[in-house]
Amino acid sequence: MALNITGRKLFVKALKEEGVDTIFAYPGGMITDIIDELYKTEGINVVLGRHEQALVHEAEGYARATGKTAVVLVTSGPGATNTITGIADAYYDSIPMVIFTGQVPLHLIGNDAFQEVDIVGMTRSITKYGVTVRNRDDMGKIIKMGFQIASTGKPGPVLIDIPKDIQTISGDPEYPEHVDIRGYHPNETVHIGQLKKAYRLLKTAKQPLLLAGGGVRIAGAEDKLVKFAEKMNIPVTTTIMAKGVMPEDHPLFIGNCGMHGRYAANKAVTECDVLFSIGTRFNDRITGELDEFAPKAKIVHVDIASASISRNVSVDVPVTADAKIALERLVEYAERIECKEWLTEIKAWEAEHPLSMPKSKIGVCPQDVCEAISEVFPNANIVTDVGQHQMWATQFIQLNKGQEFITSGGLGTMGFGFPAAIGASIGNPHKPVVLITGDGGFQMNMQEMATAMSNKHQIIICIFNNSNLGMVRQMQQLFYGKRYEITDLSSSDGHYYPDFMEWANSYSCKGIRITNDEEIKSALNEAKANKKGPTVLEFIVSPDDLVLPMVKSGTPLSDMILR
Amino acid sequence: MKNRWIALYVENQVGVLAKVSGLFSAKSYNLQTLTVGTTERDDVSRMTISVMADDATFEQIKKQLNAMVEVIKVIDLTTLPIHMKEILYAKVSALKPEGKTEAFQIAQVFNQGGNVKIVDIGEDSVLFECTLTERKNNELVALLKSRFKKIEVTRGGAVAVESISSSCR
Ligand SMILES: Cc1ncc(C[n+]2csc(CCOP(=O)(O)OP(=O)(O)O)c2C)c(N)n1
Ligand SMILES: [Mg+2]
Repeated sequence: MALNITGRKLFVKALKEEGVDTIFAYPGGMITDIIDELYKTEGINVVLGRHEQALVHEAEGYARATGKTAVVLVTSGPGATNTITGIADAYYDSIPMVIFTGQVPLHLIGNDAFQEVDIVGMTRSITKYGVTVRNRDDMGKIIKMGFQIASTGKPGPVLIDIPKDIQTISGDPEYPEHVDIRGYHPNETVHIGQLKKAYRLLKTAKQPLLLAGGGVRIAGAEDKLVKFAEKMNIPVTTTIMAKGVMPEDHPLFIGNCGMHGRYAANKAVTECDVLFSIGTRFNDRITGELDEFAPKAKIVHVDIASASISRNVSVDVPVTADAKIALERLVEYAERIECKEWLTEIKAWEAEHPLSMPKSKIGVCPQDVCEAISEVFPNANIVTDVGQHQMWATQFIQLNKGQEFITSGGLGTMGFGFPAAIGASIGNPHKPVVLITGDGGFQMNMQEMATAMSNKHQIIICIFNNSNLGMVRQMQQLFYGKRYEITDLSSSDGHYYPDFMEWANSYSCKGIRITNDEEIKSALNEAKANKKGPTVLEFIVSPDDLVLPMVKSGTPLSDMILR
Repeated sequence: MKNRWIALYVENQVGVLAKVSGLFSAKSYNLQTLTVGTTERDDVSRMTISVMADDATFEQIKKQLNAMVEVIKVIDLTTLPIHMKEILYAKVSALKPEGKTEAFQIAQVFNQGGNVKIVDIGEDSVLFECTLTERKNNELVALLKSRFKKIEVTRGGAVAVESISSSCR
């Protein structure tokens, strides 16, 4: 038998065997041993963030840009609690991630020791799996389980809590190649009978519609989806999490559906007779009022998580399967459906209410900015924060093949964007990243500028500054009699703080303020030329610009506010 | 809404009970009883859970439980032949002599093969120990409440196992 090794050595060995070359870490008392081991290790880039929440978002961006399982390492207590928002975000957007937290030594657990928190308990409902390592000899097995669980089936975050003494005790040197987990059997097949039934139903449709969710992207089934749609000649709508799975200029693509979806797409959902959905959990942003969702349609639902099926929307043909496995089969079956009238009808809806924003008197037009970004950066990964700017990005950014659209969909976490953009650039240093963020959300994690400066990758930080918490203000404008309580971010002295230009300068970073449409292109081009780090572009936007169409929460998709 | 029964094989580990019960509170499922104990294998526990739910919610609960890494197997007992018992203690106090006699009579009537006994007694109080089905226990409690003023009830929650050739639920 090989000689025993310490827990800290096994930790690094495990990372190496998992092929981890980058981890996102923030130090503290309960992980000093592991940190010290990392110092002695070559081949692992340890990214130091400036706040543990941001660290997790960075890891999310990294996972989205690379497809790899991201790794986070933080200390116990406050280090661990700071990660919670990030973990929840990763959980709701199914991002593969393993979070290691330090913990007080075993004998102190339960004593309310300094920086002791029950982080496994706190994150139980937002992790796929969470566990404290209580025996040094279980450590290898647990870490292996963590990576297996995080990355297979419906991916998600796994939290592994490692008490300080476990890190220094010697024990089993082996890191297993595979662990059998008797309670975990991700779906790797598809019930052919059920899939054929789904296909036959689709084949009978006169007004068919494909609805693709983020699961299609996670499964890497984009090409199969396009092929299936083409062979069958049926239109495709997507959720925000699936934005980009179909080229947006494809003649069968009709846009996003949902709360701020395209008029034609929401009409199509409402009028279709068979809705064939793949890899979506039908959350309320997609369905609007549930009772009136796709009222005329028989619904097929393909999803890897059987618990997502028939939870929100009752489904006529459920198929539990990975999107790629299902689509590979479906492409074999696919035969053309003649539905010319239906396609024409959808086109007419699009012509009736195309997506477009009126230009306001103040500042730049968000639509123009998004369109210019698509033009100047046809290959960049696009990352957004949460708010109006995010919805404009989903509406007006045109994605090409190979571009990721990285956004916080399930949790809608303000502060996600900037760190996620940094993580995406770390994962893919040669691809520019364009961040589209609001002035509010940006301020939730702007300390990460230091992280961005240390990594020197090209990030174009586009702050849509409407000096307001625009998305909430929009609700106040439309539904609360314009009573703008706590949504105005400018100061009582009339100034806006911070001055983003001076702020950028304090990081030795170039900042450009853009106040009218003529300046958009040149600013973007200037940022494009700066390949060695971030550029801050502050676009001044009118606080009165709205995201439309809008389906008010709790009303049917067909009730769209259009102007 | 109907009362449903599930048996659950789970990893016998720290936190598993919290995880399972947490699901019920987080998703507002109407948990009635939950019992847990070890099995013939040290590393596996078995839970018996009863929940009030409509068909769709119950399907969802089973799927959610199945999705948990720590859950090894979910068995829907709702329509299976099973044996099911619940332990119950009822302490009846402030009894007059006639009351005491009546308590013994009740025990006698409910008793079948030793599953209802009076196991302790004092000057003006008696202690029932019952191993009945949950429904029978409900009936007994209802009767005791209607006959006596001062009673204290402690129930263990039902434990169920699939039948071999007869059943009792
Ligand atoms: C952490 C967090 N807090 C609060 C909210 C609620 N919220 C959603 S959008 C929004 C306003 C965002 O403002 P800003 O970042 O300036 O973007 P804008 O809508 O103006 O484009 C708020 C407060 C949230 N989603 N996340
Ligand atoms: Mg704003």
